[in-house]
Amino acid sequence: MRILYFAWLRQKTGIDSDEVELPSGITDVAGLIEWLKERNDNFAEALSDFKSIRVAVNQDFAEPDAPVAQGDEVAIFPPMTGG
Amino acid sequence: MAVKVQSENFDVGAELSALTTGNMAIGGMTSFVGLVRDLGGEDALKAMTLEHYPGMTEKMLREIEVEANDRWPLEASLIVHRYGRLEPGDQIVLVATASAHRQAAFDSCAFLIDWLKTKAPFWKLEDTREEGTRWVEAKAADARAAERWERLDKGAVE
Repeated sequence: MRILYFAWLRQKTGIDSDEVELPSGITDVAGLIEWLKERNDNFAEALSDFKSIRVAVNQDFAEPDAPVAQGDEVAIFPPMTGG
Repeated sequence: MAVKVQSENFDVGAELSALTTGNMAIGGMTSFVGLVRDLGGEDALKAMTLEHYPGMTEKMLREIEVEANDRWPLEASLIVHRYGRLEPGDQIVLVATASAHRQAAFDSCAFLIDWLKTKAPFWKLEDTREEGTRWVEAKAADARAAERWERLDKGAVE
């Protein structure tokens, strides 16, 4: 699974993209975020407040209960501020 | 319909005339240009860097444009959004819609910029004179402006 980080999530985690092997048992966005928080303190802090982050799965916005699978592209970012 | 995501500047006059040239059914066109502002004082700005999610940005802008074309009888529409480093006074975004009648052009243009702000994956990093760099936070007013169109849609009587 490819995971992309943007804006302050990229800065706090220290990476802009990553390839991960999704453990069996992780089936939705919320589970993926909880798993990523265990990587290190930077990830734990960056992902600590679910309300301050947005997630896209295969370039579509995804709610916490949306399914995720090994081949997906997942992006994690703050609320948008374009325009 | 057209979507352009680019780092380079755009010429508003050239973009707008290209949008309407040759289509005699167009009776009116509305355009909105967003600029990098500098309010001075403690928030004085040196520059702003726009980050985006290549791929999803274009996809979302196309979806928003399709939605506008579904809601209003548009003859032409255009979204141009820049990314990268910009300075105060620089153009960020151009939205333009054209229709046979002015109300559809006015309303759809407002809709596009309101939805774009909350649904297109762009993030602004400000480089301030006093406090260094900081990410711009999403505004509740922008979310309310976007929701206004959701409510109108749900409340519409067929």
